[in-house]
Amino acid sequence: MDDVFKALASPARRRLLDALRAHNGLTLGQLCAHLSMTRQAVTQHLQKLEAANLVATVRRGREKLHYLNPVPLHAIYERWIRKYDRKPLEALRDLKNRLEGDDRE
Amino acid sequence: MSKPEFVYVTYIATTPEKLWNALLDPQETEKYWQHENVSDWKPGSQWEHRAFDAARTLRLKGRVVESVPPRRLVLTWAYPDDASPEEKRSRVTFELEPAAGVVKLTVTHENFQPDSDMLDRIREGWPKVLSSLKSLLESGRPLPKLW
Repeated sequence: MDDVFKALASPARRRLLDALRAHNGLTLGQLCAHLSMTRQAVTQHLQKLEAANLVATVRRGREKLHYLNPVPLHAIYERWIRKYDRKPLEALRDLKNRLEGDDRE
Repeated sequence: MSKPEFVYVTYIATTPEKLWNALLDPQETEKYWQHENVSDWKPGSQWEHRAFDAARTLRLKGRVVESVPPRRLVLTWAYPDDASPEEKRSRVTFELEPAAGVVKLTVTHENFQPDSDMLDRIREGWPKVLSSLKSLLESGRPLPKLW
């Protein structure tokens, strides 16, 4: 679980996960284009995300495709959130979003 | 070549045999999935996903495309009223790879019909099922009821 929190403690890696949430199954080249980051930077971030099991990959022919893997996040959700009241938390989040504008960071 | 819509990976501290059994044995799936998967698991056979309610409600159906215990299981995955041919149905692949005392379980789900709501439903479903399965095999306790 340390790996998951460390991997998430980077705005660039969170943006990378956002890109995969919007377009699952991207290649390295497609990810670079989506994020306007260098190949080297994206490769390094992907290594950390894969080590934390937040990104899963499959090979299709010559291509390696990257997927957002939500299973470790679900474990965190189960441990700290589901037991408590999800509804009041959602109401608070909605209120915050309304007042501040939707801020993903 | 088709591109899977979803790929889920979890590492579970168990053996491939126990994990394979946990995917298919109704006594196990009842604990973490609250559904049973019924089939003789031979390639070409039908399989059914049924709820553990009084009526054993049929929730999903399909065919066993490939079955290589305890490594690889490929199923078509459709709603009970789906009358489309097999090749149009969504397809789930379970791959089990042992690695240093754990098993890497990869679940890929692909070939969704464009007008189906299945994509939205499995997006919520798989992470729940897989974390509950991991919890059951590693601690003996599944997560609280999923559905």
